Amino acid sequence: MSNIVAKTGNEAMAEAMRQINPDVVAAYPITPATEIVQIFSSFVSDGKVDTVFVPTESEHSAISACIGAAASGARVMTGTSSQGLALMHEILFIASGLRLPMVICEVNRALSAPINIHCDHSDTMASRDAGWIQIFSEDPQEAYDQTILAMKLSEDIFFPAMVTTDGFIISHAMSRLEMYSDKEVQDFLGEHKTPYNILDTEKPMTVGSIVLQDFYMEIRTQMAAEMFKAKAKIQDAYAEFNKKMNRNYNVIEKYFMDDAEYVIVALGSTAGSARYLCEKLRENNEKVGVVKPRVFRPFFAPELVEILENAKGVAVLDRSDMMSSTGGHLFNELKSAFYGNAKQPPMKNYIYGLGGRDINMSDIEKVLHDIKEFSVSKVKDSDVKYITVRE
Amino acid sequence: MKKNWKELDIALIVKKGGTAQDFKTGDWRSSKPLWDQEKCKQCLICWLFCPDSSIEVKDGKMTGIDYEHCKGCGICAKECPFKAISMEEEKK
Repeated sequence: MSNIVAKTGNEAMAEAMRQINPDVVAAYPITPATEIVQIFSSFVSDGKVDTVFVPTESEHSAISACIGAAASGARVMTGTSSQGLALMHEILFIASGLRLPMVICEVNRALSAPINIHCDHSDTMASRDAGWIQIFSEDPQEAYDQTILAMKLSEDIFFPAMVTTDGFIISHAMSRLEMYSDKEVQDFLGEHKTPYNILDTEKPMTVGSIVLQDFYMEIRTQMAAEMFKAKAKIQDAYAEFNKKMNRNYNVIEKYFMDDAEYVIVALGSTAGSARYLCEKLRENNEKVGVVKPRVFRPFFAPELVEILENAKGVAVLDRSDMMSSTGGHLFNELKSAFYGNAKQPPMKNYIYGLGGRDINMSDIEKVLHDIKEFSVSKVKDSDVKYITVRE
Repeated sequence: MKKNWKELDIALIVKKGGTAQDFKTGDWRSSKPLWDQEKCKQCLICWLFCPDSSIEVKDGKMTGIDYEHCKGCGICAKECPFKAISMEEEKK
């Protein structure tokens, strides 16, 4: 029996954590993710979970404590955002290198400077090479569902995972949430799986020993191969989730893509706005569509190429900039994915919404006009455009 | 033969204790202690001071130096009251 409630993104993620009932949560507060662990700490105080809650003095310590707990065989979660995720950066690589399952509920927020507490994807994107699974959510429902899914997935593939929402836009916006019973969540998760347990006194072991020229190359190659294999397992995990939890999620969501000529590719909450706009434009028989990748790491490159290759124009929306003169993260991934492909649709990058700048229907509609013009124009002087900005 | 990447344990965990001995660190050495058995009075001060447990002892008596782990710090030579240990530059 599902239970329909009204929850914000942060509340939804806290509820998912309660139902997962992790053994250890170590966390440090940061806007706009504070509520997730704050609400969860109330669950701990009220005896609604069996979790050991470790309030640390920094995010660096929080994720370090998570690693220690996970290596000791515990089911582990935390929550953070922006500078907090940046402070975890060094340790993120250790969590994945040690192949420890855990989940971060990450709320996307701009990075300083200038200091800003609102949404963009620069924090999560800055962690893209850390060997973590990265999942984007469009609304509280997806944040809730994907947090539960990610916990199981992480334990199936022994890679840590971060599930993201968009700061304030999702984290603080209330919407309809369909919750499972605690038992349904526990049944889905099944028994906790761990790659090893350092507290097993029968089998003493060393974890995290120094590995130099003679083995580092081999173990990183193995990790890369496992991440490659994880792609199929992620698809399986979504299929299993759909079946058991009665959902209809895909690793890449396609809207109106059967005959779409001009396509918007976007992550997170903006994909919802783009879909709404396309529904309106379809009433006027405009052949527009939306592609929403849920999973950014690992990157589903050939799958996205297959979906997009027949478009007349592809508008890639990035809520982050690589500051490399080549545009945003999603655009760069997609562009390189198309290298060597027989079909090369015109593709243009639109960097938008940095630091929480609103993007509305007219902005996305302008993008669709612009990509049409770009696709037919002979002179293509720049394929990166900054929008939602005062000119 | 060293294992290839497909054969390694996850995260390269080491599944037993006391493995530091298998890690040969003696090749870091730039100078080498030489033991003069005739001058040695078996006081074992070198054994006491050696930070790397590289003075080999059997039945209460020094029997040699573990060059696979000695890093050539020279503390043994400095502390030996009988100058029974001297340092010589490694020639590699």
